[in-house]
Amino acid sequence: MAWLGVVPFLAFIVAFLLWPAASIVVRSFLDQQGRLTLQNIADLSQPFIVSSYIYTIELSAVTAAVGGLFGLLLAYAITVGGLPSWARAGLLGFSGVASNFAGIPLAFAFIATLGQLGLVTQWLKGMGVSLYPAFSLYSFWGLAITYVYFQIPLMVLIMAPALDAMRRDWREAAEGLGATGWQYWRFVGLPILLPAILGTMALLFGNAFGAHATAFALTGGGSQSSVVTILIGAQISSDALANPGLGNALALGMIVIMTITIGLYSWLQRLSERWK
Amino acid sequence: MSFLEINGVRKTFGQSVAVEHFELRAERGEFVSFLGPSGCGKTTTLRMVAGFERPSAGHIRIDGVDMTDTPPNKRKIGMVFQSYALFPNMTVADNIGFGMRVAGRPRAEIRARVDEMLGLIHMPEFARRYPAQLSGGQQQRVALARALAAQPQLLLLDEPLSALDAKIRLSLRQEIRAIQRQLNITTIYVTHDQEEAMSLSDRIVVMNRGRIEQIGGPFEVYNFPQTGFVASFVGTLNVLPAEVVDAGAGRVRVDGQEIALGKPISGGAAGQRLSVAVRPEIISPNGAHGPQANQLRGSVEDVTFLGAIVRVRVRLGASAVHFDVFNNPHLAPPAHGDLVTLRFPAESCMVITEARNH
Repeated sequence: MAWLGVVPFLAFIVAFLLWPAASIVVRSFLDQQGRLTLQNIADLSQPFIVSSYIYTIELSAVTAAVGGLFGLLLAYAITVGGLPSWARAGLLGFSGVASNFAGIPLAFAFIATLGQLGLVTQWLKGMGVSLYPAFSLYSFWGLAITYVYFQIPLMVLIMAPALDAMRRDWREAAEGLGATGWQYWRFVGLPILLPAILGTMALLFGNAFGAHATAFALTGGGSQSSVVTILIGAQISSDALANPGLGNALALGMIVIMTITIGLYSWLQRLSERWK
Repeated sequence: MSFLEINGVRKTFGQSVAVEHFELRAERGEFVSFLGPSGCGKTTTLRMVAGFERPSAGHIRIDGVDMTDTPPNKRKIGMVFQSYALFPNMTVADNIGFGMRVAGRPRAEIRARVDEMLGLIHMPEFARRYPAQLSGGQQQRVALARALAAQPQLLLLDEPLSALDAKIRLSLRQEIRAIQRQLNITTIYVTHDQEEAMSLSDRIVVMNRGRIEQIGGPFEVYNFPQTGFVASFVGTLNVLPAEVVDAGAGRVRVDGQEIALGKPISGGAAGQRLSVAVRPEIISPNGAHGPQANQLRGSVEDVTFLGAIVRVRVRLGASAVHFDVFNNPHLAPPAHGDLVTLRFPAESCMVITEARNH
C-alpha cells in the first residue's frame, strides 16, 4: 500500500523520461525506412555537428560558471552578507520570477534592450558608446548574456538555503582560533559548501545545455554555429533537411554528454563530502 | 592589576539592555563561572570578552592590554561552544591543529601539539575520525582540545555540557577542571546549572536581568546569599512569610509559631512582614539540632524519593516547608499525614531582602 502513493510519480517518470529516452536510443539506430543502421551515429562526426556540440558545451560551461559565480556572490550578500531583510525578500522574489523567465519572451526582452535597435543600445549610442558591431546579441556572448539572466537567479535560489544552513558558531570558532575571514572561507566555509556548489553548477550546465527556445528566437534557427537543440529541431521539423534518425542521434549525444556531466559531478561530490 | 579586568561593561541591543554595569577582576589561573537563568546576560558578557560582541560602554583588559576594540582573531582566546562547533569537513586532528595552521606554525610542531592534545583528552586513536563519527561527549572533548591547542591566554566555555546526558556531563566536568588546573589557564565558564558552577568554580558570578547579583566562592554564595534572587536561584530554599515579634531579639512568627533568627533584625519593627529562608538540608525532623534550635510543627504532605535523598514537604498552615533526609534502606521515610517537629538552628535562617542595586 505504501507504494501506491508513488505510482503517479513513477508513471510520470516512465511516460516523460524513460519512454522518450528509450525511444531516442532505439530510433538513433533506425533509418527512415525503419531498418537498423549506424549511419545516424556516424553522421554525428560531420564538422558542423561537432562544432555545434562544442559550441553548446562552451556556452553551457561559460553560463554555468558566470551564473554560478555571480549567483553565489548574490546569495552570500542576502544571507551571511548582512543585507537588510527587505533586500533579501526582494532579491529572492525577483529570482523566483527571473529563473523561470526563459524562452521567447526572454529573447525578445533582450532584443528590445540589447538588440541593434534596443533601448540600452540606443541609449549608449547617444552617450557615444557604440555596442555594434563589436558586440552582437546574436553571437556567442550575446547568447551567453541572455542565458546568464536565468542562470544567476537559479543559483541564488538554490544556494541561499545552503548558505543559511552555515552555522554562525563555525565562523566564530574559526575567528576565536585566530583565522581571518579569508582563512575561514578557504578552510571551512567553501569546503562545506562545495557539494552544494558543484551540484548547482551541474544543474546550471544542464539548464543551458537543454535550452532551445531562447537560442532559437535569438539566432533565428540558423544551423551554423547553433546550439544542438536547434539542430535537433531542424532534423525533425524542417521541410528540406529533415532527418529524424539524425535528430534522435543528436539527442542521444546530448544524453551521453549529460550522463558524463552528472557522473563527473557525482565523483567530485563524493570527493568533497567524504566527511559526511 | 588582575589578569582579566571587565570594567563597567554595558551592552544594549536597540532599546533592550542585555548587560548593565558589569565589573569583574579574575586572576591568572582562576576558574570563574557566570551563573544565572536564561536571558540574564551571561552569554552576552562572555561573547564581549571573546570579541564577538562589542560593549556599548566599558572596557575589557586581558593581561593589562585593552581588548575592547580588538577583533576576536587577535585576542588569543580559546572558546568552547554548547554546540561543539567542530568543523565537519576536518578530521579530529585537523580540527585540533586549526588554530596553529592558520597561525602558520610548522607542520611538525602542529603534529606534535595535536598528539599532545589528543593525549590530554584521552583520545589518541581518534585522530583521523570526522566529527560526525564521534559521540557528543567525544566531540566536546575535541572542541576543548582545539580551544587549548593554540595555547590561548584565556579559555571561554559557553554552556559546554548542556547538550550532553547526565553521566557524561559529570565525567566531562571533572575532566575540564583537571585540565584547567593542569594548564593553569584563566577560565570563564557560562552555565545555568548551579551544581556545575558550584563544583567547578573558584568564584561564581550570579547574574540576573543583566546585572551581577553576587560574586563569591561557591561556599559563600550558597551559604551567605546577599540577595533574595541568589538565595532562591542557588540551591533549593524554603521561603516562609513571617511577622516580626521582637526586632531587637531577632524573633519572628511563622504561621503562628515563633522562631529566632539568631541576630537582631536591623531596621525592623514589631508587626512588620518579611520573609525568612532556610535551606532544606539544614532542617531535621528529629533532635539533631538540640533543644535550643528553632522548632516548627506540621504534618507531612508529600514525600519525593530522589535516590540518595528523600525530600519531604511539611504543611505548617498557610505555608509549607521542605526538608531533605539521606536515603536509608533500613529506615522507612516519613509517611503522608505524619505529625513532625522540624528543628533548625537560628543562625541558619536568612532574612530575604530585595536585589541590590548596582
